[in-house]
Amino acid sequence: MIAGLTTFSIQFFKKVFIPPYEFAEIKRHMDELGVKTLPIVSVTGFIIGLVLAMQSQPTMARFGAEAYLPSMVALSVVRELGPVITALIFAGRVSSGIGAELGSMRVTEQIDAMEVSAINPFRFLVVTRVVACTLILPMLTVYVMFLAIFGGYLAIFLSRHISFQLYTNTVVNALEFSDVIPGIAKTFFFGYIVGIVGTYKGYNADNGTEGVGRASTSSVVVASLIILLADMVLVKLTVLIWG
Amino acid sequence: MAEVEVRNLSKAFGESVVLDNISLKINEGENVVVFGRSGTGKSVLLKCIVRLMEPDAGEIFIEGKSVLSLSEKKLNEIRKEIGFLFQSAALYDSMTVRENLAFPLIRNFNFSQKEVEAKVKSSLEKVSLEEAIDKMPAELSGGMKKRIGLARTIITEPKLILYDEPTTGLDPITTKEISQLIVELQKDLKTTAIVVTHDLICAKIIASHAVVLKDGKIKYEGNIENLVTTSDPFLKDFFSSEILEVKNGRN
Repeated sequence: MIAGLTTFSIQFFKKVFIPPYEFAEIKRHMDELGVKTLPIVSVTGFIIGLVLAMQSQPTMARFGAEAYLPSMVALSVVRELGPVITALIFAGRVSSGIGAELGSMRVTEQIDAMEVSAINPFRFLVVTRVVACTLILPMLTVYVMFLAIFGGYLAIFLSRHISFQLYTNTVVNALEFSDVIPGIAKTFFFGYIVGIVGTYKGYNADNGTEGVGRASTSSVVVASLIILLADMVLVKLTVLIWG
Repeated sequence: MAEVEVRNLSKAFGESVVLDNISLKINEGENVVVFGRSGTGKSVLLKCIVRLMEPDAGEIFIEGKSVLSLSEKKLNEIRKEIGFLFQSAALYDSMTVRENLAFPLIRNFNFSQKEVEAKVKSSLEKVSLEEAIDKMPAELSGGMKKRIGLARTIITEPKLILYDEPTTGLDPITTKEISQLIVELQKDLKTTAIVVTHDLICAKIIASHAVVLKDGKIKYEGNIENLVTTSDPFLKDFFSSEILEVKNGRN
């Protein structure tokens, strides 16, 4: 599978920069994928911030570090939780969908029909989806970060009645570019992983409907696993670059 | 019109040899029917001709050009002249009938929006399904899907049309209608055609020349009428039920 995925990725990079560019199709997928994922990431983002603040409050109070709670929530969400959890949810929602959709197109010969009509199915079906995933995930992540930070505020407000202004000032002061940029930058990689794994599994599906089901589920498993492994590498890289 | 020549074509899937050194020539404007039991490589033959599958050995020529040695760009130029009707019709699920038909025109040719619309309507008229223009494939019956698939196949006015079991799974009346439709379309467009089918009725309506595949080899090649009166035990056995129906006047 690693060899197949690598070849598939090389094929993607060979095609993505060569015209014709499928802007309309990319935009359509971005709309669709963004809208599809928005409700679930909204709920998750808000709850992550809320729960993180609620869980951390007693521990931080024990060390007399409650004043650092907003900073802790913001840093955790921006550097790690926001990007990774959004990517994992995105993988669950989108990668499986792409795997199933392309898988079903493969087994019902729709991809063959496209190919035989002199239309490059790889460019039309794969490149557009991978680019859309790569571009939409960072946007979703930024949105989740804001929601999570707001969720954190709500938890702190309920127990400590902190003002929103004080909370946001503390958060803004705590965050630096070296926190925000790597946090968002890695979501481009995560988006790419979700797109490429989903399309790879779907595009190469076989054995009828059973193959479609397998493409759909294995897309999620493989994408999630690669996201976590990539995160490990990217965090190390971030630490090396930004300190 | 297009001439197709297959030379010493072989294809195996693992241990199973599906096509074994097959050679075949289809002249311009000729309609050939390919028979054979399930799994004898009929569809594989069609897919090799348009290079949806790469054969293990052999050569394929369309209008004298070796298909297997062409670059992707040149292959696509040839594919623009070929129509392929899939067994399942292979309509794009996410598109309406209109979008399905317009898709190859928009992607491959420089027609104006008006011209595309006119061609879509004219193709649907040929298959008598104008009213289905805004329907999704999921809303169509099996026969309608085949007709729409046929309309999409002919919309680019191809020189060569490959039909992969165009009547499988359809009732006898729809089978006859589709077969007659194929004949009418071929008269209009003056195409060369290769038809893979199990249906002798369909075959007799569409073509005069037949090829029968058995164990990866060509078992019979010649006039379709002779198949009905053949003394070969395999052919007799293969066509017995169909011949009975023909004799009973189904055609």
